[in-house]
Amino acid sequence: MSSVPAVEVLSVDKTYPNGTQALQAVKLRVQEGELVTLLGPSGCGKSTLLKMIAGLLEPSNGRLLLWGQPVEQIDGSGHGLSFVFQEPTLMPWARVMANVRLPLDLEGVPAAASTPRVHEALAMVGLDQFASHLPRELSGGMQMRVSIARGLVTQPTLLLMDEPFGALDEITRHRLDSDLLELWQRKQLTVVFVTHSIYEAVYLSTRVVVMAARPGRLIEELNIDEPYPRGPDFRVSTAFSRHAKRLQDSLLRASGAQPEGAAA
Amino acid sequence: MTTGTTPLLARPQFQRIFYPVLVAVLLIGLWQALVTVFEIPRYLVPSPLLVAQTLVADAGLLFGALLTTLKITVFAFVCATVLGVLIAFAFVQSRIIETAFFPYAVLLQVTPIVAIAPLIIIWVKSPTASLVICATLVALFPIIANTTLGLRSVDPGLMSYFKLKRASRLQLLWRLRIPSALPYFFGGLRISSGLALIGAVVAEFVAGTGGTGTGLAYQILQSGYQLNIPRMFAALLLITVTGVLLFAAMAWLSKWALGNWHESETNHG
Repeated sequence: MSSVPAVEVLSVDKTYPNGTQALQAVKLRVQEGELVTLLGPSGCGKSTLLKMIAGLLEPSNGRLLLWGQPVEQIDGSGHGLSFVFQEPTLMPWARVMANVRLPLDLEGVPAAASTPRVHEALAMVGLDQFASHLPRELSGGMQMRVSIARGLVTQPTLLLMDEPFGALDEITRHRLDSDLLELWQRKQLTVVFVTHSIYEAVYLSTRVVVMAARPGRLIEELNIDEPYPRGPDFRVSTAFSRHAKRLQDSLLRASGAQPEGAAA
Repeated sequence: MTTGTTPLLARPQFQRIFYPVLVAVLLIGLWQALVTVFEIPRYLVPSPLLVAQTLVADAGLLFGALLTTLKITVFAFVCATVLGVLIAFAFVQSRIIETAFFPYAVLLQVTPIVAIAPLIIIWVKSPTASLVICATLVALFPIIANTTLGLRSVDPGLMSYFKLKRASRLQLLWRLRIPSALPYFFGGLRISSGLALIGAVVAEFVAGTGGTGTGLAYQILQSGYQLNIPRMFAALLLITVTGVLLFAAMAWLSKWALGNWHESETNHG
């Protein structure tokens, strides 16, 4: 593990032009190889924080560093960062192959060099058979896997995921959670994962960062000290329930600390 | 009346042709019957049969005229498409350009062509060129409006993705904006193809004998003067059929270009 953290958020504020304070004094450090989940209710700024880490949004105050360098200096194309959105965000007119190839195309990688990488990425998510399908011909879960393959094809070391499985049914979500863990271990990725599901957070994470809304801020960080690989049995273990309870209490405390209407 | 076999009738592709044709047959039959029964004079309403006979008898004259009108229509349609797409590209490059010029595109659309056609005919020496300009003006707006809308109707998620990947303006245009705009663009083409024909015919009317003097509208005018109503109807029929064929051609083109991803559900159940 390198001593330079993969992600470092240095006291970041985000205030929107209409005066909404989306984030207040957020400090976060993610070491390489961690799988950190940002957990919180809607409106707590977890997606905003993730987008700022990706350089999609600029902070109002404070700095964000990736591998010790300011985010704005990181070249989005080459260096090790991939973002997976809440929606598959695939090009409906392009086949799976072309969709996964997109980031390489944008970098100008010639087709001869990109094709094997595309197949490799598709194989990682188990969709190599579907390379010539159109997105509409795939189920929601499969589309999401294509989206993840597109994220993996650039061989990133840091994967930012914004509620990627939120729109899927529970069974599919569980399967994709497991697939993600497997990939994370095999590829030694660093993952920052946004979710509002306590159970998903417990299942996946090495560490959970609990956030609260109005204004969006970090409340607590909880380590999930359970060994990997975590199988389906982990989901029904007492350890799992214990962690879930801790997170639930933390979220309740967070909302209790600032009851509804107190701000007014 | 014909009664098709039941399985054929149940097919949607067959129905799509069968029912409109049935309506046409019924209406034409009714028309023929009314004209025959009430002995309506041919200079008021000619019977469908007479119109068909005239079409065959005057084929040389009428199809020659059709070719002239068609040339103007196609030329104007191509001009409107190229121009409309270029203007739409300019509009999406900057909000300022769009804000500054869009009202004038609307102005162009709402000004009746018959009001400005005489001016254009006076200003432009070549009769053909003046007709093409008139028809282009009529056909232009839907292309501008639809293509602009299409170029702006990019999935915001995909837009974020391209921005995240630091895609250049050109990459954004080629790989995202243009494919996203295609369905809208083809919608515009479908509307404009008909408008180009209407524009060509209207301009010919306005130009009258001062125009090229060979188009279908000119034939209609002449037939009117000579009370040759059957020929007038035959010319009208040609215009209508041409319009329908143009529309069908655009629909086919659209299906051919977009079929891959727009109709994909028909290939996979």
